[in-house]
Amino acid sequence: MALTLEDVKRVADLARIAIDEAEARATLSQLNDVFKLIAEMQAVDTRDVAPMSHALDVVQRLREDSVTESDRHALFQSVAPQVESGLYLVPKVIE
Amino acid sequence: MHNATLKSLSASLAARAFSSVELTQHFVNRIKQLNPKYNCFITLDPERSLKQAEAADRMRSAGEGRPLTGIPIAQKDIFCAQGWLTTCGSKMLSNFTSPYDAHVVERLNKAGAVTLGKTNMDEFAMGSSSETSHYGPVRNPWDVDKVPGGSSGGSAAAVAARLAPGAIGTDTGGSIRQPAALSGICGLKPTYGVVSRYGMIAFASSLDQGGPMARCAEDLALMLNVMAGFDPRDSTSLDREREDYTRELGKPLKGLKIGLPEEFFAEGAAPGVVKAVESAVAEFRKLGCETVEVSLPNMKLSVPVYYVLAPAEASSNLARYDGVRYGYRAPEYADLLDLYKKTRSQGFGPEVKRRILIGTYVLSHGYYDAYYIQAQRVRRLIARDFTEVFKRCDVIMGPTSPTTAFRIGEKMGDPVQMYLNDIYTIPANLAGLPGLSIPCGSDAKGLPVGLQIVGNYFAEAKMLGIAHQYQIATDWHTRMPAGIE
Repeated sequence: MALTLEDVKRVADLARIAIDEAEARATLSQLNDVFKLIAEMQAVDTRDVAPMSHALDVVQRLREDSVTESDRHALFQSVAPQVESGLYLVPKVIE
Repeated sequence: MHNATLKSLSASLAARAFSSVELTQHFVNRIKQLNPKYNCFITLDPERSLKQAEAADRMRSAGEGRPLTGIPIAQKDIFCAQGWLTTCGSKMLSNFTSPYDAHVVERLNKAGAVTLGKTNMDEFAMGSSSETSHYGPVRNPWDVDKVPGGSSGGSAAAVAARLAPGAIGTDTGGSIRQPAALSGICGLKPTYGVVSRYGMIAFASSLDQGGPMARCAEDLALMLNVMAGFDPRDSTSLDREREDYTRELGKPLKGLKIGLPEEFFAEGAAPGVVKAVESAVAEFRKLGCETVEVSLPNMKLSVPVYYVLAPAEASSNLARYDGVRYGYRAPEYADLLDLYKKTRSQGFGPEVKRRILIGTYVLSHGYYDAYYIQAQRVRRLIARDFTEVFKRCDVIMGPTSPTTAFRIGEKMGDPVQMYLNDIYTIPANLAGLPGLSIPCGSDAKGLPVGLQIVGNYFAEAKMLGIAHQYQIATDWHTRMPAGIE
């Protein structure tokens, strides 16, 4: 099954990546090559096979519900594009 | 000094033959002279490196020296290191000075190792040639018109050009082993979970694993001794007894059973590569090993499975780059959505965008089962093949990469051709198994060939021992690119 130009634009929108017409066209043919490759694994019969999400079947660890982090917001916000009074600044979203 | 192995440098530091400051200065000078030719490093900070060296010398004077104390190590620019620019080869992080250390970096610092600089790499580790970097391609010291492999190509080329005695890398689909092979050095991807992923910029979290790159197996063992260890900040870090990865270096190989998967020697492998690997196998027979023919029937599905799982995980991991909390932000935008879209469009390169789009598509409504869940099911079939094979042999051997180093630019226009480079390395990532690449010969053009050794879970010490015995009997790991002295 081949992707359409509309698919590429829709997926780019979902991924929050601006894409112009020319880029979308170039991307379309490359993605279709990749999906041709991916199609090889789609034909495999996997009816009785459980999905494998991790290499080793280990259980998630639990820990005490206690504070383990110190306040480092000033350090972490020192690398942010725009900060004021400890807040990240973005364009206005509510009128 | 730069031709000595990490182990012998360590012995010289211990014997006070020279100081860490002298050693570090030597490598700094060499990098200044040769890096413009190879483009191995993105960031250097000699002042900071020399300060670490001074501290290491004090550690040694106080009798607190350990094997890596005072040894300069190059770090792939995917590892967060406090106070260092940490770019991951991307414009997106071109202004990101890390406010914290990765677990691996913490451990190296504690051991007294010196950070020599941050090495160039494919953007966000997505590539097999170190050409997708925002900082330009890395050049292979064996032939500067060729790629060094990737994504840890800066680390591999730095070790090959004797700009660092050791380096750290990461491997999601072969990114330590393939550049090690193409650059004629050694590289180990440990069992998934052995090295903490904390502070290692995430690409595909269920596959990413950090590991050492150096000139011989013994050096890898010394580095892994420091790098490995439990870390509660990585939810998949394994809480195991500490291991000494040097413990099997002296073990004779008599009676060892080597599995040779027919799929590793079939279509696609260049004749020069197969020839070199076959003579390495013959050498192992001389050392008393037995060989047995085995099969990994689902191996051919590894690349398709990987190109569903890795992009899916990447599209989720890379959603964090939004121009709000750190990294690049587009200079002009209309509203919040426009800020996200322009930031991501300008900050990511073409290969990263391609993989985010693939990942977003396979995870999108209506396609999740057909792609993502199916890929996870086939992943289990591939892992089961290994379980079966390891009932019949101790380790598997084959080529690391189907070809030797290829020309810069040769595969950049054809993503699928680039992806197929990793056909022999991806299976170990999918199964979570340890994989090692060591030099085992050269092709007609004199370019290095890598032998891959894949072991069962936690077989790192055994694999390093096997490689070390081979390196006692042969000298491929000591060969140097022409013009490097």
